[in-house]
Amino acid sequence: MESNELLEVIYVLEDSFIGEYIRGSLWLFPVIQSFHLLGLAILGGSIVICDFRLLGLLLRSESAIYVLSQTRRWFNFGLLVLIVTGIPLFLSEAVKCYYSRAFWIKIICLIIGVLFVYFVRNPLIQRNQNSLLHKLIGVLSFSIWVVVAASGRWIGFS
Amino acid sequence: MLEFIEWLSLTPWSIGLRESLYMYPWIESAHVLFIAIFFGTLLFVDLRLTGHVFQELSISQMNKRILPLTIIGFVFMCITGFLLFYAVPIRNYQNLFFRIKFFLIIIAGLNAYYFHKTMNKESKKWDKDSHIPSRMKQSALASLFLWSLVIISGRMIAYNWFDCGRQPQPDFINFLISCTAESDLYEGLDGI
Repeated sequence: MESNELLEVIYVLEDSFIGEYIRGSLWLFPVIQSFHLLGLAILGGSIVICDFRLLGLLLRSESAIYVLSQTRRWFNFGLLVLIVTGIPLFLSEAVKCYYSRAFWIKIICLIIGVLFVYFVRNPLIQRNQNSLLHKLIGVLSFSIWVVVAASGRWIGFS
Repeated sequence: MLEFIEWLSLTPWSIGLRESLYMYPWIESAHVLFIAIFFGTLLFVDLRLTGHVFQELSISQMNKRILPLTIIGFVFMCITGFLLFYAVPIRNYQNLFFRIKFFLIIIAGLNAYYFHKTMNKESKKWDKDSHIPSRMKQSALASLFLWSLVIISGRMIAYNWFDCGRQPQPDFINFLISCTAESDLYEGLDGI
């Protein structure tokens, strides 16, 4: 019952003006997709640098707090690009996404990843300098975002 | 050239990759991840040059610590990229966006060569007086712009608007993708 209601919403989204408009254009979907990919790379860079610092793999002479302060703005920017481009991509093929396992894996991991970065990783870096704890949150954050990116790519194959 | 590409497409591993259900998507996902590592870390190297991030670190420190990761990303991006090409060689060879991408990579490569040559020669000096010449800042911005275009054109390879199999095309398009009347109407992996 609940999933039927969700599916109805999905159909409304698919029939939305933006969804309709993108489907009607040959170029729009690929162009938005390209910028989505660039957003992913920007977010990816800030994740790699910050999380690898947490793991002690690079920039060890700088504090984790400093590395976070230099990367967080670009994480925010990458995420903004991903959301702004991701929503129209979703609207143009909402029904396909609904039936795609990769899509749901991606969305769930994305939500976990965003919550983890803003409410666990960043506050913990500010408050706690235990290197073992840093390694743990570095591994968790990096793994979640790898799954988000890879499963996102798989939506296109389903 | 086309004969070589045809031969390549008939090697057992190429056929194997093309016909495998899961290998292609896996390689492509890995390619995307390495793009993120390469471009994402390059972004920080270039933004350091323009003075937007990591100002506490000198240029040489930044190079020593971040650039190796950029290079690792680049190497694996190239390996997975080659495998994607190798899986469907004819379609890629005659794909307009593949050719545009290849051309852009050469330009981006020349820019990178200039960038690193100047940097290796002069970065010690910049560490001392912390003044970075504006031509280096321009080169850093050009690098970000060019690699963005490489990524965009790479994404477009998946679309078959200008493929040989879709005729009629304008003559200059057929010229740009070396399409002849006898070209195989190769069924590629459309839209992925």
